[in-house]
Amino acid sequence: MALRPPQPHEILLPVKAGFIAATLVVALLANLLPWSGVVLWIKPDFLAVTLLYWCIHQPRKLGFAAAWLLGLAMDIGDASLFGQHALAYTLLVYAGITLHRRVLMFSIKHQVLHVVPLLLLAQLATLVVRMAAGADFPGLLYFTASFTGAALWPLFVLVLKLPQQPRLDPEHPAI
Amino acid sequence: MEHTPPPFFKTGPTPLARLLIFSALSLALLVADTRFNYLTPLRQIAAVIVYPLQRIASAPASIARRIGDFFVTHSSLRAENARLTQERLSNAPALQQLKALQAENRQLRELLAARERVNADARLAEVLYAARDPFSRKIVIDKGLQDNVKAGQAVVDTRGVVGQVTRAYPWLAEVTLITDKGQAVPVQNLRSGLRGVVFGVGQDGVLDLRFMPLNADVQNGDQLVTSGIDGTYPPGLPVAEVSNIERNAAFIFARITGKPLAGVASNTQVLVLAWHREVPQPPGETAAQPKRRKGKKG
Repeated sequence: MALRPPQPHEILLPVKAGFIAATLVVALLANLLPWSGVVLWIKPDFLAVTLLYWCIHQPRKLGFAAAWLLGLAMDIGDASLFGQHALAYTLLVYAGITLHRRVLMFSIKHQVLHVVPLLLLAQLATLVVRMAAGADFPGLLYFTASFTGAALWPLFVLVLKLPQQPRLDPEHPAI
Repeated sequence: MEHTPPPFFKTGPTPLARLLIFSALSLALLVADTRFNYLTPLRQIAAVIVYPLQRIASAPASIARRIGDFFVTHSSLRAENARLTQERLSNAPALQQLKALQAENRQLRELLAARERVNADARLAEVLYAARDPFSRKIVIDKGLQDNVKAGQAVVDTRGVVGQVTRAYPWLAEVTLITDKGQAVPVQNLRSGLRGVVFGVGQDGVLDLRFMPLNADVQNGDQLVTSGIDGTYPPGLPVAEVSNIERNAAFIFARITGKPLAGVASNTQVLVLAWHREVPQPPGETAAQPKRRKGKKG
């Protein structure tokens, strides 16, 4: 894989904690929308992708506790087992924080290849928990969510980085 | 790559330690919740916090539905009105007979000194959303403990049984559908009077009538209604229609499957039935013992 040196380093504005919190709440809301039918299987776990973005880009700003509590909120909203999403998100945040330097070395295209296994890991944890509690294997379609989530990664990066872009205002050269 | 902060910065526990702590916490929650049902109060608190988000998230869909209702055409309203009038006319004789039959039934029951059947108190609830969980079949309705909706109550629509309230939050309740894997409904065959138990198998539109002997008097097209012996579902509600019977001498029981009669997964409004029957205490239990709660699989 072409290991490029990080592109001509953009100097980004520092991210505000409030912005991180706002994006996480919006992602939680997106997950709580009344999805149903086939879309329910295909739709990515927006919260998981957002969490992964923040712990790769700002590993010191996002803690395990936040991810864990958001996981509990998902468990209530989804009527699933209490602690199932919390466990999945904890694993995801750990993997994200551990790999954040490595992932950021790659271009966006290649980052997607890192995101797929990480999201799969979180889904696999959920699957193991549910099957241990007596559920049936829901079919391979269950894993689609990881791939759609990874496919949306470039979009997430683009949107979540927007407020950090330095203003390109020729009259008022900022910073 | 290992994330090891230089020792001279104070950064708290390492990610690995945090991972272990939070994973252990999650697993403890999972075990306490699924095996022992200890966490009901904690769940209630979390549910109150998440409630506004849930309402906001389900708002777009319900607003869209209301706008759709507003733009109903004149002709469709007329057609529906005509259909309803016709239905009322065709049902009228049956209803008149029903009154007479109810009176007669009451008299006969009095004669037999039998316990009178209690009319269930019905409460209309709107389906907020189907739970987004590929492993189970549940819906969330907009009535909860504040409206006297409690775990264990039966949920029906106009055509039959939909499911059972399995968890009640202050303003919301979770309903497990009868098609959920392992969800049991005690039924009676309307034609032969044979009793049995119908189980969900985890697929839409399939129910399983289990533990029926090979020579059981069941035919295709038989209607199964609730028998009421569990004290959860009021008796006589339609549940399923038998659609397939396999009698294979290699097995002890016949394989009987049916289709649910209610629109189990396609309702926007359902009725919650608060029905309570005084069940005599089973022999051998003293009255001093605290009342045992019904299990969630009714």
